[in-house]
Amino acid sequence: MGVMAQLLGAAIGEGTPLLLAALGCLLSERVGIINLGAEGMMLMGAVSTALVSAQGGDVWVALVCGAAAGGVLGVLHALTTVTLRANQIVSGLAITLFGTGLSAYLGKPIAGNPVPGAIPVLNLPLLDKIPWIGPVFAHLDVVVWFSVILAVALFLYIERTSWGLNLRAVGDSPATADVMGIHVLRHRYAYVVLGGMLVGLSGAYLLFSTSPSWVEGMTAGRGWIAVALVIFARWNPVRAVFGAYLFGGLDALGFRIQLMGTETPSYFLKMLPYVLTVVVLMILGLRSRRRYSGMPLSLGSAYVREERS
Amino acid sequence: MKQRGLIRWLSLLLGLVLIAGCSQAGVATQSSSQAGAASGQGIKKPRVAFVYLGPPGDGGWTYQHDQGRKYLENQLGIKADYVENVPESADAERVLTQLAQNHDIIFATSFGYQDYVYDVAQKFPHVIFMHCAGYKTAPNMGTYFGRNYQASYLAGVAAGKMTKKNLLGYVGAFPIPEVIYNINAFTRGAQSVNPKVKVKVVWSNTWFDPATERQAAGSLLDQGVDVVAAYQDSPASLQAAQERGAYAIGNDSDMGRYVPDAYITNPVWNWGPYYVKVVKEVMDGTWKSGQYLGGLKDGMVGLAPFGKNVPQDVQNLVEKDKEEITAGKLDPFHGPIYDASGELRVPAGSKLTDQQILSMNWFVQGVEGTIPK
Repeated sequence: MGVMAQLLGAAIGEGTPLLLAALGCLLSERVGIINLGAEGMMLMGAVSTALVSAQGGDVWVALVCGAAAGGVLGVLHALTTVTLRANQIVSGLAITLFGTGLSAYLGKPIAGNPVPGAIPVLNLPLLDKIPWIGPVFAHLDVVVWFSVILAVALFLYIERTSWGLNLRAVGDSPATADVMGIHVLRHRYAYVVLGGMLVGLSGAYLLFSTSPSWVEGMTAGRGWIAVALVIFARWNPVRAVFGAYLFGGLDALGFRIQLMGTETPSYFLKMLPYVLTVVVLMILGLRSRRRYSGMPLSLGSAYVREERS
Repeated sequence: MKQRGLIRWLSLLLGLVLIAGCSQAGVATQSSSQAGAASGQGIKKPRVAFVYLGPPGDGGWTYQHDQGRKYLENQLGIKADYVENVPESADAERVLTQLAQNHDIIFATSFGYQDYVYDVAQKFPHVIFMHCAGYKTAPNMGTYFGRNYQASYLAGVAAGKMTKKNLLGYVGAFPIPEVIYNINAFTRGAQSVNPKVKVKVVWSNTWFDPATERQAAGSLLDQGVDVVAAYQDSPASLQAAQERGAYAIGNDSDMGRYVPDAYITNPVWNWGPYYVKVVKEVMDGTWKSGQYLGGLKDGMVGLAPFGKNVPQDVQNLVEKDKEEITAGKLDPFHGPIYDASGELRVPAGSKLTDQQILSMNWFVQGVEGTIPK
């Protein structure tokens, strides 16, 4: 396998949990609810998966439980932001703190113990014959394929279906959507919870794909990277795929540059994804003066039916 | 109106839950015994506390310290408190100050706490502070650490015998002397049995981040290494090695259970007996401030049991070298030693002092990697 193929493989491996989490945050944000609770949701997803696996649970059951745990925190976030109309940023931060603390507490009995089970790899011998990238794509696990297919499906759903149109309407102008007969609160609840489930799944996947055991704080800030990734992708699921793999690839590239013996500080290489995000934010800021940047227009705003803007 | 009242109560309840969930450790504020542990009078039942950088379940550094704490409790029948996840920042000073108000001995188990321990020790002269891996002392503050490079040398011997490609990989946490001298000792051990061996090094810039460590190991495996060693707190690098059919060497605690098929061995810490020794000295009133440096000889440093795929002749060779190091006949840093650029650093017939080792900032010949300036 060539160097570029190795780098691509590493980028996909590192990028998949980021992609799942970013898609979850994106779903929530497309209906106008900021999700800064991704880190807590990922950790709860990971610890739930570890607990189920420790009891001898099937890998698929464990992954579903991880997603469900993220969904539960999604319900909590929706309750505070949609029903109680609390500040979305404060609620998201609270979810992160709550998820971090609760996952640490729940995981105490199994901390450091090896987690049994592995996600099945989908072997596609036909792809093996394709030069350069073939060997990379021929032996990816099921969740990697699921995440990419999901991203494309979400893009088509949001942009090409009437349900997707409703979703966009709720995110851009909830008052108008309400007048059209779209149940704004129901939509917001549904997508925040679904988003939470995807973020929980990303934590569950992280446990199986990168770490042999549950340890508190094992996400190491990846939830925050996912939040940045949504902005980087300009709220577009397909762009999120490339963004996630770019972030993952830059991480992997850093180690390969080190091995080339260059004097480039490794800290500088770790910084690159974040610099890119800031650059994209600046470009978005400049562009939004002239044309639509992709950000849902009612993002961060609570919807109160009696109020008319 | 009713809904507003409900919202207020729910908000209050959520706030209380979060405050309860996020508070790390409630420490009572009863004043310390007037005589004090540092006064040399001896205390029948000293109150002991530990400050941890990570969670006890990390499977590495903090886990081993926590094993030592449990050993102390079992041996002396006392209760030893601990606070986990204390960052190496001003927050450490807050935690240490709180603990000092109702404890007689405090063990701070990470290098980065050094200045905070030193400052708090000035404010609480009757409390004994023991700082791991540091170099600052005070009348009521001592330091302790071990020559874990001795065990790294032995792990290197095993790796040098088991490699087929003569290419070993090493995932280092940070480019600091502690990690550098362990990489060097590992390389020296491997070269002692296989002079053709080369060791490729990457820095993960994290003590604990399984995903990043795995990436780092992956980059080494892509370069063709067939043994991966890791100076990290998680076993993720080892798991990456096992999945790719390479051998693995861990750090801090026995990591064999994570990678039974790939495991060779790894250096381990055994803090328990030392903790018992310190607390007994405090109980007897014989404790004195100083800098303690343990090793294979006193058991503070050891080697984990060998993996199931390590041949008996390799095990015998490592055991022989272990006996020689323990007896003082073999030193991992005896001359001649050349650095990576070919310059003679240690002439034949001499060896590096503890101080030279503890401030090491260069790689030995055979290491391929850079130390960022």
